[in-house]
Amino acid sequence: MSVSRRVTLIAAACLVISLAASVLLLRGIDRNRPKASIEDVLYLDSPKVIKRASLGFDGLMACIYWTRTVQYFGHRHFDGSQTYNELAPLLEITTALDPHMIPPYQFGASFLAPQPPNGAGEPERAVKLMQFGIDQNPDNWRLYYNLGFVYYTELHDYKKAAETFARGAEVPNAHPAMRVMAAQMAQHAGDIQTARMLWTATYQTAYEDNIRQNALSHLRALQVDEDVSKLQDAVTRFGELTGRLPNNMAELTAAESLPMVPADPDGVPYSLDAQGHVLVQNPDNFPFITKGMPAGYKPPVLPRFHNGPSQG
Amino acid sequence: MNQRIGHIARNTFREAVRDRVLYNLIAFALLLSGAAILIGQISIDVERLVVVNLGLTAISLFGVVIAIFIGIGLVSKEIEKRTLYTVLSRPVRRWEFIVGKFFGLAGTLVVNTFFMAIGVFGALLYVAHKFSAADAQILVALYFIVLEFLIICSLSLLFSSFSSPLLSAVFAFSLFVIGSFADDLRGFAGMAHGFTRWIATGAAYLVPNFSALNVITSVAHQQSLSMRLVMQNTLYAVFYTVMALSGAVLIFERRNLK
Repeated sequence: MSVSRRVTLIAAACLVISLAASVLLLRGIDRNRPKASIEDVLYLDSPKVIKRASLGFDGLMACIYWTRTVQYFGHRHFDGSQTYNELAPLLEITTALDPHMIPPYQFGASFLAPQPPNGAGEPERAVKLMQFGIDQNPDNWRLYYNLGFVYYTELHDYKKAAETFARGAEVPNAHPAMRVMAAQMAQHAGDIQTARMLWTATYQTAYEDNIRQNALSHLRALQVDEDVSKLQDAVTRFGELTGRLPNNMAELTAAESLPMVPADPDGVPYSLDAQGHVLVQNPDNFPFITKGMPAGYKPPVLPRFHNGPSQG
Repeated sequence: MNQRIGHIARNTFREAVRDRVLYNLIAFALLLSGAAILIGQISIDVERLVVVNLGLTAISLFGVVIAIFIGIGLVSKEIEKRTLYTVLSRPVRRWEFIVGKFFGLAGTLVVNTFFMAIGVFGALLYVAHKFSAADAQILVALYFIVLEFLIICSLSLLFSSFSSPLLSAVFAFSLFVIGSFADDLRGFAGMAHGFTRWIATGAAYLVPNFSALNVITSVAHQQSLSMRLVMQNTLYAVFYTVMALSGAVLIFERRNLK
């Protein structure tokens, strides 16, 4: 073997071995380092500074910050984090860099407003973000819808929700349901049907998978809440007629002349405890339910969003 | 006369194409456009936006780097290698040499931009599966990027005509950064008073206004651009380029090459 060939072979072997070793070492270093993270820190939190620093390429910077926002929320949500301190600044920077990028506003309305662990618990900042979005994109009816939604679900300010839906209904090419929502909000704000209508509209109009899954999970939870309320009423009626509680769900089903034992949206039958409370057998599968949970039940830190079609 | 400029331009183009740095930059820009597809997938609902923003920004930045780093060496390298004396000993005027160099570099950048644009449109087709009428606006953004290159080429040549390559690169890049802040400079001039106002206003009009030529974000959102803006930007770039080239010619004509 010639000297030159030997050098080539040794150098190539050194290159491959060194590369593999450095990758393995880096993986070890990553495991040993505290999980603190780049994502917890925003070195520059002023949208104006970042816009200037982008040298006019603010569109690309907005895309980068939007990607970072999605990754930040995804990682923290997956880790079961209770805080999303940087979500609002990231969304504000993204929208300041590119005020016409619509997904960050919708994402903000869905995940900035709800309380942890489902969101950052900052409804006021969500409202501010949405209002900025509407100022910049007054012809986009979806933004009025998202803002009205935050007023309705998180702030329970039904008057402002109705006003916002009504304003959105005036936008050219607005979804016809906007006008219905405005009227419904004004008259029956607290009804379960109103909530169902709003979440259904969100599910049907959102482009983004996370938002659709979130809407679907809320729709499933509404279904469970409604079922449990009705069954609880049936238990009360049974008690008034017989002077005792039904022994099990089958007895209640027979007394109410129902065709089968009522089941949750996953097809799992509801159950009855000894005190006559109607229970969901797998409450972990229904984040956002307010009824049917066993006494002392604590929801999982990481809620399971539903990503299949609703059966309810 | 035109033939002599053409010969110099052709040789400048050939020399630039032979330059390995140039090839690397083109390959990297195409790679970046490809990366747009990946970034689009890890983000949400902004695939097209990412492709257009990233693709056009890459074209612009890599073109600027090519324009500066090749432009600054166009004159000084010829002096260093002593090839300039051979050229000027023939019936070639100094201004023809400068103008020929400019067209050669501009041609190189146009060809670069053309190939990079193919990459961007390919990536766009990949994420959107079809072209829409609004995508034609991307051609306007590309045209403005080429106008930006013309200005930077002429500035690089201007600095190259009297300064060392390193200083020329610093001057040209500084002007590119300042030019990107031209609108802010004008805003500052509006707030200043007295002598400062005059100086700031003068500086704001003297530096190239690259922000007016940057329509990438508008195009990414499929917003239409007026024909009036296209005309005004074209005339602005032509006048600014002629101004910088005239400066380069004036300096080079008087430069002592002994």
